[in-house]
Amino acid sequence: MEPQLSWYLALSAVLFTIGAAGVIMKRNVIAMFMCIELMLNAVNLTFIAFSSFFQDVTGQLFVFIVMTVAAAEAAVGLGIIITIFRNRESLDVDDASILKL
Amino acid sequence: MENNLLSLIIFAPLAGAAINWFLGRRLRNEKFIGVIACGAVAVSTVVAFYLAFKSGGALRSTEPVFDNLWTWIQVGKFRADFGLAMDRLSGTYALFVTFVGFLIHVFAVGYMQKDQGFYRFFAFLNLFMFAMLTLVLADNFLLMFVGWEGVGLCSYLLIGYYIDRKEAGDAAKKAFITNRVGDWGFVMGIMLTFFLTGSISFFDKPAQGVTSALQTIAGMSAVDPFTWHAIFAGGVTSIAILLFIGAAGKSAQIPLYVWLPDAMAGPTPVSALIHAATMVTAGVYMIVRCSAIYTHAPTAMFVVAVIGAATALFAATIGLAQNDIKKVLAYSTISQLGYMFLACGLGAFTAAIFHVITHAFFKALLFLGSGSVIHGMHHEQDMRSMGGLKKYMPITFATMLTGWLAISGIPIFAGFFSKDEILWRTWSAGTFSLPSPPWSKALWFIGALTALLTAVYMTRMMVMTFWGSERFREKHVDHVDNASGIHDDAHHDDHAVHEPHESPWLMTAPLVVLAILSTIGGFIGVPYALGSLAGLHPTNYIEQTLGPVIAKVPGGKTESEPAAAEPIWLSHPPQTTDSAPAFVSLDETAASHSAEEIHGERLLALVSVAIAVLGIVFGWIIFRRRPLLALPRILENKYYVDEIYDATVINPINAGSREGLWKIFDVGVIDGFLHTIGEVVLEGGRAIRHLQGGFVRAYAAIILLGALAVIGFFAYYGVHAMRLLP
Repeated sequence: MEPQLSWYLALSAVLFTIGAAGVIMKRNVIAMFMCIELMLNAVNLTFIAFSSFFQDVTGQLFVFIVMTVAAAEAAVGLGIIITIFRNRESLDVDDASILKL
Repeated sequence: MENNLLSLIIFAPLAGAAINWFLGRRLRNEKFIGVIACGAVAVSTVVAFYLAFKSGGALRSTEPVFDNLWTWIQVGKFRADFGLAMDRLSGTYALFVTFVGFLIHVFAVGYMQKDQGFYRFFAFLNLFMFAMLTLVLADNFLLMFVGWEGVGLCSYLLIGYYIDRKEAGDAAKKAFITNRVGDWGFVMGIMLTFFLTGSISFFDKPAQGVTSALQTIAGMSAVDPFTWHAIFAGGVTSIAILLFIGAAGKSAQIPLYVWLPDAMAGPTPVSALIHAATMVTAGVYMIVRCSAIYTHAPTAMFVVAVIGAATALFAATIGLAQNDIKKVLAYSTISQLGYMFLACGLGAFTAAIFHVITHAFFKALLFLGSGSVIHGMHHEQDMRSMGGLKKYMPITFATMLTGWLAISGIPIFAGFFSKDEILWRTWSAGTFSLPSPPWSKALWFIGALTALLTAVYMTRMMVMTFWGSERFREKHVDHVDNASGIHDDAHHDDHAVHEPHESPWLMTAPLVVLAILSTIGGFIGVPYALGSLAGLHPTNYIEQTLGPVIAKVPGGKTESEPAAAEPIWLSHPPQTTDSAPAFVSLDETAASHSAEEIHGERLLALVSVAIAVLGIVFGWIIFRRRPLLALPRILENKYYVDEIYDATVINPINAGSREGLWKIFDVGVIDGFLHTIGEVVLEGGRAIRHLQGGFVRAYAAIILLGALAVIGFFAYYGVHAMRLLP
């Protein structure tokens, strides 16, 4: 059976929901970070699915942009995480609740 | 006729003020400042005389001299020019204002020497001359009001000149605030004039397309009825009453006179210039200028006459019991101003102006004389500590003697002619502005009584100052209750006894000139009845000059008609063609006086001389023997009018402001409103600040919920729009 568009979209929605729930529920910064990556990739999957379905290359271009931004975000985000860890000896985001280091 | 020299009269003192303010304060050179100040006024004086008396000048032709500088305001029909005009009335005024002003400037140079604020004093004094001459020479109501406020400002600045003394500051504020009440009336009067006539100009100026408000009113055939309702009807009578409120404020009439006695806290030359000779007569000038309005408003004239007579008597009784030499003169000024208003109210406008002029001479003389005494006594103003000064200050004594005789009304001295004129006009006033004939006799009686009191209190002042024992040797007599008295200068020497000394020539020279004017100044207005008594036919210059520019009371015989429009200056007019009508006019003057009238006027003159002599003898007998005679407390305390005003007006306003405006309105409403706004914001912030707990996951959840809400919204309506759901 040919894979339908709706299957991809459903998978993407599941991945996105898992990522969003993870961001809200996880207290570990690294885990939250990974969940954000999961959400981004869920979106990428949607782009690709639509790109293939509509035979339109623009969607693939967007995926590249998202991946680039995700890479930059990873660099900055990991930097912040390391700094927080150095200061607080902890990776729990609820410890970093006073809006300053 | 246009003449640009006219603006020089007002701008010369302004330039003097500017130079002294900016340059004089750097140089601090009394000679330089004095020369600039006196020089500026001297320029004004010379130009004023030139423009008045040159051939075709303001006083010699019927056409005013104009100087239209620029159009100041033009909105629709409303037009106010910055334009000056010198007609016979403003010319007469400008002459004595500049001349007396000049003499007082000279005196002040001597009086103020070694004063800290010398430059400031003369800058203000010159600024005052600028404002006063603007007031006088203005050709419309609005510019006159500018001058009117200007003199009020300068009066404020100069009363409070001794800035380190509280009573001077209080007196300055009192003068300023009291005048505001009058200014309200003046402004309302101007507005009503504009609504009624569509113009605020005094003169017709065809070249500028300006018509005169006064001419419009003068051209009205109907005179307002003599009823109280006319005052509130919004017609000519209302204008007249409103303008009179302004005049009463500036010229210190009941009930707004209270500021003038306190204004004596200023230096004595200021009292002489502003509070005796010039500024306080601005109200009289304004009413005479608006004579066309008043002759259409008999009710208003009646009010003016009654208030004037009441003020004259009231102030004279207070003056009787004052111990401060300047206070006596201050109340005397109020009283004499009352005379002028009495004359205005009866339609004797020329008599009022005549009295303004003679009063300027002799009251300036008396004030400057008192300044000389104060100077010689090392800044002692209490007459109880004076006495016997004629030996030490002969020139001051001799000059003040003429002032004393002039104000008392002794013949040949200036005051006699003008005061007698007013009393005669009062006696013979028609019923135009009076409910019934006995009113004129009653007002005459008040005037005569005031004349008697005037002679008595002036004699008292002279006796206490110049005769009797030398009380200044007894150290500080009666000084206990003088603690609140106003002293003229800041430095009170506490050395033992100073010998009084005569003042320098800078101060005595103006005294001498004013003494001469006080003696002979009355001859410009000798009435026919008295002149013919001596077999002479002197010309009544004042009446001939002012007659053509002043409106006549309808149906009254108040003013003897000026025979010729062209006044006869000196016996030989320059143009030969004029000489013939001049002689004819003299005969006409004679013809216009009936024998009965002349007889009555002579008899009344005799009565007023008797009153003056009686007053002087009376005063001499009483006060020569007991100069320190205690007078009724109620007089010494000025009928407690200040206390009554405090209790009825000032304290309620204070209490209302404090309890109502401050504690309820300001604290409750204004502050309350602002505080409520602040509290609402604060409380709101306090309520929603829990959203920002600092927990990153909470933020994420909120963002997610927000995103879901937005998506849900569009999804829901998107579905609706596609009609997929019912």
